[in-house]
Amino acid sequence: MMDILKLIVFLPLFGSLFAALFRKSQLVTTAGIGISAVLSWYVFLTFSENYHLSLFPLFSLSVLKVNWAISVDALSSLMLIVITTVSLVVHLYSIGYMEHDKGKSRFFSYLSLFTFCMIVLVVSDNFVQLFFGWEGVGLCSYLLIGFWFQKYSANNAAIKAFVVNRVGDFALLIGIFLIYYTFHSLKFTEVFDTADLLGAQNIRAFCCEFKIIHIICILLFIGCMGKSAQLGLHVWLPDAMEGPTPVSALIHAATMVTAGIFLIAKCSPLFELSNVARELIVIVGALTAFFAATVAITQNDIKKIIAYSTCSQLGYMFMACGLSAYNVAIFHLMTHAFFKALLFLGAGNVIHAMHHEQNIQKMGNCWKKIPCTYTLMWIGSLALSGIFPFAGFYSKDLIIEHAYSADSFAFVVSLIVAFFTAFYSWRLLLLVFHSQKQSKINIHEAPKIMLIPLLMLAFGSVFSGIWGANILNITSNAFWKSSLVVVGEHGAHNFFIKLLPTLASLSGIALAYLIYHYQKFKQIKSKFLLKFLQNKWYFDEVYDFVVIAPIRLISRLLWKFDVKAIDSFGPGGIVRLVNECSKSSIKLQTGYIFDYALIMFVTLIIGALYIIWN
Amino acid sequence: MEIGLNHFLIVSAILFTIGVCGIFINRKSIINILLSIEILLLAININLVAFSAFMNDIVGQIFVMFVLTVAAAESGVGLAILVVYYRSRGNIDVEQANLMKE
Repeated sequence: MMDILKLIVFLPLFGSLFAALFRKSQLVTTAGIGISAVLSWYVFLTFSENYHLSLFPLFSLSVLKVNWAISVDALSSLMLIVITTVSLVVHLYSIGYMEHDKGKSRFFSYLSLFTFCMIVLVVSDNFVQLFFGWEGVGLCSYLLIGFWFQKYSANNAAIKAFVVNRVGDFALLIGIFLIYYTFHSLKFTEVFDTADLLGAQNIRAFCCEFKIIHIICILLFIGCMGKSAQLGLHVWLPDAMEGPTPVSALIHAATMVTAGIFLIAKCSPLFELSNVARELIVIVGALTAFFAATVAITQNDIKKIIAYSTCSQLGYMFMACGLSAYNVAIFHLMTHAFFKALLFLGAGNVIHAMHHEQNIQKMGNCWKKIPCTYTLMWIGSLALSGIFPFAGFYSKDLIIEHAYSADSFAFVVSLIVAFFTAFYSWRLLLLVFHSQKQSKINIHEAPKIMLIPLLMLAFGSVFSGIWGANILNITSNAFWKSSLVVVGEHGAHNFFIKLLPTLASLSGIALAYLIYHYQKFKQIKSKFLLKFLQNKWYFDEVYDFVVIAPIRLISRLLWKFDVKAIDSFGPGGIVRLVNECSKSSIKLQTGYIFDYALIMFVTLIIGALYIIWN
Repeated sequence: MEIGLNHFLIVSAILFTIGVCGIFINRKSIINILLSIEILLLAININLVAFSAFMNDIVGQIFVMFVLTVAAAESGVGLAILVVYYRSRGNIDVEQANLMKE
């Protein structure tokens, strides 16, 4: 079993190195991921007890020893199958999608490296290794967003993603320091065992007393906000769509952005102790879900719509975490990974078919020409909206039911978001496939290599919900084997509450049909609201004004100071001094023989006098 | 007034100074420099002869012979160089002989 785990972790790394060294290596890399995926499924299906394996010490000081470990519990094994399966599908898809790209092997190298880092993140048994994986996926995200580095906008988006993530990572790092300061250990098990004893201490900060556990949890959550694109630190996610579409599917929908959810679920024993942090999570999650759903309605770029949808679904997951329903959050993470990756890859097919046109207003009337992609997009959208037998129905309904029993604010917001979700999904479908506009370009279905892997995801989108809810029994503690905290199984609600989310989604679909198919309500009255939403609530502009402009001003001042003061007196001053000296010493050399003779003579006299007087 | 060693030395010093100044101050022709060098050597020779006579030591006078020979050879070589220099440059101005600067 230990060898299997080692293979799961290191095959992607091997594939990455192989792709980096050899050309035309995508088959080897993909095979590596494939084996890793099959083994992950094997581990998941035969999972009976926690596996723990220390490979080698990461660093070892007298007070702090940190091991590089492979530690698999129920949560990690579930994450492993999600990561490796989606990664495998994306690898297969990329063979077709990136076929004519020059940087193909570089692309596969990055993709596999990303998979490796993500696996390292989920199998860690301490915060340091987790942080390594956390930064590793951030790095790969940066590299892949900026994959087409000749595009100026892609470079900007990559840097934006990296910098915004730094803000979150900074908080996460401080949180980890505080954890070490409080618990004198960085191992998950040791921290969780002593959490309720040591976490109750108070700490002085800014002349107020806080309970240390609150501070730790809030800092960890801010870290998660950066990685999972929650309101405030979400600005990088829509821009990240500059990367190739498979990257968006793997990193910015299915795996990396869900690392935040994973971290909170992993640290659920800590978060259970801090009601303050959980309330903050509910509020931020609900606001994000609402914000992103409203923005998604007005966007015109097909990938940005799906990106905002991801943001909104992540808000759902955080909401569930904040309501102590960590298991439900992870369940939604799993189903979401399937249908969101499906939607993204489907969108990739559409973009491929439309010859790299991403604006949905310019597409239309093509569903007969690309029937396979059309069907797959339908499945993805149905799953996203939570219509009955599809995956999203089970996970989303569980979240909404939890919200009903715990928090009326979260309940109302989640219903509204469900409505919006269905609305923008069908707006996308109708505008892309059904709108009356006849596009001139000849549209062609994607090659088989870009369709067959999607069937896997479609299968997951249809059945993972039923499978998780009824067969795995994902809501019960028996499944999780105490790898995360499951707070009392909630009782059955009355039928009407169960029906509400579906009703909200169906009305959203109906409204989308009315507006975009039957062309009712042609004029939307409120231009201001439309503009407000189209500009994404003016977040970028506000950040520009509040953060970027002052920083630019200060940097400019410091730059001036640097040039004027430090440079001109430091290195510049020395250079000028040397210059002046040589200019004046050049005058000594006249080239006239009598001058040399004079100098020789004077020197001779001085020398003679010196010798005489001594 | 009896003529003593000091008189010889003073004459020699005056001659030497004239020679040195001839080298420094002369801005005209290289021949002047050669002449000044001859004067310098003569001044030294007077010194040597005076000391040799007053100390009853013949070595000084023999040395003067050597110096004179070398001086003759030196001015011969110097003039030869001067001729070659004149052929290539067309003048013998010291002011223009500053190629070393470049």
